Amino acid sequence: MPVARHTHLKALEAESIRILREVAAEFRNPVMLYSVGKDSAVMLHLAMKAFHPSKPPFPLLHVDTGWKFREMIAFRDATARRLGLELLVHVNEDGVKAGISPFTHGSATHTHVMKTEGLKQALTKYGFDAAFGGARRDEEKSRAKERIFSFRTASHGWDPKTQRPELWNLWNARVAPGESIRAFPLSNWTELDIWQYIAAEEIPIVPLYFAAERPVVERGGMLIMADDDRLELRPDERIETRLVRFRTLGCWPLTGAIESEATTLPDILREMLIARTSERQGRLIDHDDSGSMEKKKREGYF
Amino acid sequence: MNAVSQAVAARPVADPLVAQETKSLLRFLTCGSVDDGKSTLIGRLLYDTKLVFEDQLAAVARDSRKFGTTGEEVDLALLLDGLEAEREQGITIDVAYRFFTTERRKFIVADTPGHEQYTRNMATGASTSDLAVILVDARVGLVTQTRRHAFLVSLLGIRHVVLAVNKIDLVDFSAEVFERIAGEFRAFTKDFGFESVEAVPVSARFGDNVCSRSTRTPWYDGPTLLEHLEAVEVRTHAAAAPFRMSVQWVNRPDLDFRGFSGTIASGRIRPGDAVVVAKSGTSARVARIVTWDGDLDEAEAGEAVTITLDREIDVSRGDVLADPRARPAVADRFAARLVWMAEEPLLPGRSYLIKCGTRTVAGSVMTIRAEIDVNSFVERPADTLALNAVARVEVALGEAIAFDPYAENRETGAFILIDRLTNATVAAGMIDHALRRATNVHAQALDVTREARAAQKGQRAKVVWFTGLSGSGKSTIANRVEAALHAQGRHTFLLDGDNIRHGLNKDLGFSDADRVENIRRVGEVARLMADAGLIVLVSFISPFRAERAMARETIGAGEFLEIFVDTPLEVCETRDVKGLYAKARAGAIPNFTGISSPYEPPEDPDLRLDTAATSLEAAAEAVVAAILGGGEDWSI
Repeated sequence: MPVARHTHLKALEAESIRILREVAAEFRNPVMLYSVGKDSAVMLHLAMKAFHPSKPPFPLLHVDTGWKFREMIAFRDATARRLGLELLVHVNEDGVKAGISPFTHGSATHTHVMKTEGLKQALTKYGFDAAFGGARRDEEKSRAKERIFSFRTASHGWDPKTQRPELWNLWNARVAPGESIRAFPLSNWTELDIWQYIAAEEIPIVPLYFAAERPVVERGGMLIMADDDRLELRPDERIETRLVRFRTLGCWPLTGAIESEATTLPDILREMLIARTSERQGRLIDHDDSGSMEKKKREGYF
Repeated sequence: MNAVSQAVAARPVADPLVAQETKSLLRFLTCGSVDDGKSTLIGRLLYDTKLVFEDQLAAVARDSRKFGTTGEEVDLALLLDGLEAEREQGITIDVAYRFFTTERRKFIVADTPGHEQYTRNMATGASTSDLAVILVDARVGLVTQTRRHAFLVSLLGIRHVVLAVNKIDLVDFSAEVFERIAGEFRAFTKDFGFESVEAVPVSARFGDNVCSRSTRTPWYDGPTLLEHLEAVEVRTHAAAAPFRMSVQWVNRPDLDFRGFSGTIASGRIRPGDAVVVAKSGTSARVARIVTWDGDLDEAEAGEAVTITLDREIDVSRGDVLADPRARPAVADRFAARLVWMAEEPLLPGRSYLIKCGTRTVAGSVMTIRAEIDVNSFVERPADTLALNAVARVEVALGEAIAFDPYAENRETGAFILIDRLTNATVAAGMIDHALRRATNVHAQALDVTREARAAQKGQRAKVVWFTGLSGSGKSTIANRVEAALHAQGRHTFLLDGDNIRHGLNKDLGFSDADRVENIRRVGEVARLMADAGLIVLVSFISPFRAERAMARETIGAGEFLEIFVDTPLEVCETRDVKGLYAKARAGAIPNFTGISSPYEPPEDPDLRLDTAATSLEAAAEAVVAAILGGGEDWSI
């Protein structure tokens, strides 16, 4: 059942559609960063709505780190086929050649090389002047002040001082050659909004979000799923099968599962409403210290 | 760590799938300073509505020891601060957006700091809000800052205000103090056009009357802050106003479908309704209202739709579709109120880009009628506007646009100003009304064109703009060029900076604002002369890129040549033909270009003359070649 009129979800949907259309109309060469997760699923669904009966006038781009869950890759390809959209996949070949791995190089280096640098390479390669991302302001403190049109220099840098004030719905889309923006249509959505919308609109999502018996190992207080044979067990570790699901999806060695019995969307929503930890808690990269996300952003992390 | 255990006392969970069916959205703004306890109040709302998670609270508990101001207690304000640099300073200096939700409503909070220098941020936060919570410290009552907040909230068109009288615990929960502050606030805002003003006595730190009723204010029988936020009816009158929709994107999947996508700014629309393209006056009827979820029988303000019409008419991005019985104004001049948001001052006459709805046009602020003091509301004359200034202005546009007064329509009456060179958003504007002059003065089409007049003289009209420092050799080269062209039988005229300042521009000085006006007038005169078919040589220091860009646009890029007479300052100063540099160095001439006023060299001139390496003759020849040798046919 689609979302009812005059509700908060319909208002959020309308705002997102307006952002999507404005970017498509104002920029020469936009792209949608598709990361295969639930937020990307909602953003893509909104793009299908925004341009209907046309197809979204931009391709999808996935920056593949080589360590995504296998189910994510299968879902990604199936989604692009189902919707008839162009999907670009970029891998940082320099990083692959250097053998970058989250296990041997740590989460920070792996994320920087394979995700941040990979993203910059792809944006430069295709000359995109606007890139949609699914980030939300409620995810993390430094994102609360992020603009809807986030300005990036020619070297893809983000500088808090050059960000423009955003008034009404009058987004300033002017950029000089080489400069670009990241546009965030989901800025004002919360995790709860995302799940309620997925449920109401029946948006397909990767099955990893639902609880199932999965092989996991407990490491550093997190449950890491053994998605393929690249997981090397330490002496005191063993793989066990547990009923788990994921609240966010990323590289499997860096994404913690939670023990859960939520096998349906209503289950997930009920679990969320009594949740006592935020979704980013399952991400290794945010843990260093509470300003670490801002540092990553300055370097060009989404 | 008492606070932590309270935080996880979960509220009862309704069926989340049912709850979303009826939940509405409220966007509000909070105004106040750290001292008023604003961050603590928002932290309290997030905390009591259980939007703070354990891991976030753990991070705050860690940070409280490092940065906190509440001793052993968890400092709720630390839930909010975002950027590292700000946190170290202990103040927030931007707009942050927070979210919380109850069973009745989702809330988007624009959190803005209260300091005077951040008028810009408050205007930004207020522009998307329907309600404002203004905080005062019960111990101090209304202060200058409170007046400023109320004024800006009113300026940005917010009609619903909550006065949160905070720290009521520190005045012993005194009814008398509360009533006095509330009464004073109502009195001084009575002419601000607020539809509702609700005063609530609260203690953000301890939670009194924020989300739950306090037992310590038995004399207070009004709603808690949260009760009021959940219940207040702010649905603007947008749906009842005349229909308006700015076309955002023309939707053409194939030859059989042509739709106009946009968000309805006001009013409602049904298939069969007549609409008019505001600017052209052509009309049609709505055939379908198309959405991904199926065609609609009706759509209203706030909904994102695609409209198809019953016949082919000319509509493109930037056009406003409107109710033909109640059309918006269409004009190229209007009066407006402006909030200046850039470090660079506003210079009247300088050309900016103006984005209103989905249309972006060139325009400038022609006149500053008055600057408004945001603390005293007193109006005074001003030549320029600095960061955070608020003013009443007159705006002139390069072409007419459709708009409504902001007081009647916050969507179609708002605009932003964009700097053409840096692309920064430099101002926010709210339109008051069209200027009559604009509606009665229409361009008169002339039968004999610029090209025809030039052809009669056997030439093409040109404007050759020499820019460079005083003493760089502009006028000497321009003179030589004119002599050479004249000798060839070309029809020319030389506009020289010093000469024009003796006549047409003798009323202007050398401030930045006057320099802008100086160049604007010369650009217009050069255009008239080019229209007469002449080759016009302009020799002006013209220090600012923006005005040279404006001149290029006024005249037409194809007929404009920018010549940069590139003589280093040291060389000009050594020559000092008129003895001006010596005087300037001695402080006898204020605002002297290169010494006490900036010169912005062209980044991409049509011709750069390096006078140190080029003789006068060679320089003049190069300019003549550039004028005549542009690959154009001069035989006509």
